[in-house]
Amino acid sequence: MAEVEYVGVSRRFGADVVALKGLDLAVADGEFLILVGPSGCGKSTALRLLAGLDKPTSGEIKIAGRPVTRLGPGERDIAMVFQNYALYPHMSVYQNLAYGLRQRRTPRAEIDRRVRETAVLLDIDRLLDRKPGQLSGGQRQRVAMGRALVRRPQAFLLDEPLSNLDAKLRTQVRGDLKRLHRELPVTSIYVTHDQVEAMTLGDRICVMSNGEVQQIGTTDDIYNRPANTFVAGFMGSPPMNLLPAVVHEGIVRVAGVEVARVSSPDRPVILGVRPEDLLIGSPGADSTVPARVDVCEPLGSHVLVHALVDAAPEQGSSGGDPTSVIVHAPPGTFFDAGARVGLTFSPAKSHLFDAETGAADLTPERIGLS
Amino acid sequence: MSAAETESGRRLRLPFSPWHLVLVPLTFVLVAPLLWMLLTSLQTTAEANRFPPVLIPHHWRFANYVDAWHTAPFGTFFLNSALVTLVVVISNLVVCSLAGYAFARVRFLGRKALFLTLMATLMVPFQVTMIPVFLIVKWFGDNVSPFLGINHLGALMLPNLATAFGIFFLRQFFQTVPVELEDAARVDGTSRIGVLFKIVLPLSMPAMSTLAALTILTSWNDFLWPLIVITSQDQMTVPLGLSYFQGAHSTNWPLLMAGNVMSLLPMLVVFVVAQRYFVQSVAGTGLKG
Repeated sequence: MAEVEYVGVSRRFGADVVALKGLDLAVADGEFLILVGPSGCGKSTALRLLAGLDKPTSGEIKIAGRPVTRLGPGERDIAMVFQNYALYPHMSVYQNLAYGLRQRRTPRAEIDRRVRETAVLLDIDRLLDRKPGQLSGGQRQRVAMGRALVRRPQAFLLDEPLSNLDAKLRTQVRGDLKRLHRELPVTSIYVTHDQVEAMTLGDRICVMSNGEVQQIGTTDDIYNRPANTFVAGFMGSPPMNLLPAVVHEGIVRVAGVEVARVSSPDRPVILGVRPEDLLIGSPGADSTVPARVDVCEPLGSHVLVHALVDAAPEQGSSGGDPTSVIVHAPPGTFFDAGARVGLTFSPAKSHLFDAETGAADLTPERIGLS
Repeated sequence: MSAAETESGRRLRLPFSPWHLVLVPLTFVLVAPLLWMLLTSLQTTAEANRFPPVLIPHHWRFANYVDAWHTAPFGTFFLNSALVTLVVVISNLVVCSLAGYAFARVRFLGRKALFLTLMATLMVPFQVTMIPVFLIVKWFGDNVSPFLGINHLGALMLPNLATAFGIFFLRQFFQTVPVELEDAARVDGTSRIGVLFKIVLPLSMPAMSTLAALTILTSWNDFLWPLIVITSQDQMTVPLGLSYFQGAHSTNWPLLMAGNVMSLLPMLVVFVVAQRYFVQSVAGTGLKG
């Protein structure tokens, strides 16, 4: 077990493609850190660099304080779980588990003990004689986990390990993973593009985009205090609604309707509000933003109402296209398509972002949104 | 009957694939020369030279095989052929797999140019290179070891230790081995060369055995190159030795065919054994599925 540190790590492919731009990231000993972001954001590159499967263009990577940038993958004492499991097809489950230990010249008896111990822990002890081709997807996934666990490495690297499982199994294995990490608190770095995995599994989440870290924090930080419009729009299912707004003499207006007050200079801003922090009601009331219902998606426990907010006349700069908004409404809610509704914003639960940079430098706490 | 009629009325259904109508006659075309060879090897010389040809011999003369074996030192020919083939096959598997893996996975300066050059050599016919190769082999014999020179078995091995085709063939196969398996092995602490021998090669058995079979066939049947470099009888291989029965004025057909049948047997065995590997491939089964 050890802490992992990236110091100004960059990776370029050719002259134009920058996969990672000066990543600075420290993962504490025993921490479960999630790297999350859309495809091509650099999260897998970051993991491969840590594994030693790729070399950084610049920067240094340290494991347990020891620079490992020039070491090969076998010398770093890390274990990795691959997205497609990468089990050796010509070896039995037992041999797959034992392979890494054998490469490190572990005594035979010790290998046997650890393989059996790990197999019991993961409930694959009855599969030890099988070949990977004879296993189901879930069993393969557990063997892949076992192959990493049995090594007792300094750090675990997991590259989208659940993405090939069906939805039901994924939920179950997600729970297993969390339990496993509680029992064996090894430093883990987990790459995913699934934000549910990210929010449920990690001690901390690192949201990445375009090779850069957008925000690092707990689920609570990321969800309730997104650092910018990217994080706000990426995390959460459905994500935060982002509406063009203006601040004029301390009043925030969306589509010409006052929704909050701030002590902030006059400027165009983006107002962010989570679907569950919006109320949908009849139009016309004071301080409700008029909208048109697009579709209703009943989900049993709640209804997601998709509505369109027209741009305000004075907001000619924002193009005049209506903005789509999703509202988390109580079960039984129903509106016809095109129905006129009014949206009520809760100022305390709204977020302001700079319209140009997207940065949340106008958080309610600092500015006093009310 | 009526049920069968209505069914066949809709569409004529053969009890076998229509392709067999093409394949079965083709098989006859391929088998006929072999069969004729076998039959001729059991005829008397008089029968074999008769026109129109006799197909079924009146007396099955199995003594032809014994005669053929004793007329020429076939034991030596077989031993020479086996030795050359063994060395060439092992060397091809080792060298081509190393080179093929480097071309498939290792990034090095000039990889593309080198590979293209290698491919270009495939297009040069042997007749163009045989004189330069002869001179090179002669030089090796004069300057390195007489065993490698003209009129020695080494001359049959040296130019065939690795082939551009073998490198190309294995490279193509190695590229289909999932790269994650190699990544996983490297994270597990395997060296680059260890990855080749412990992961890639065991998964490449179909390709390796195919290459082995093809190399055995070409090496065993090679005639032109041995004809150029070998003159003494004790260094001859089987195809060269068979020319014993082909005189300038007459050919002893039954003995020649008996020799042919004997030289063919090892190849049949190789084919039957290797055939199993041609079709089976397990490389993908460790991944999601």
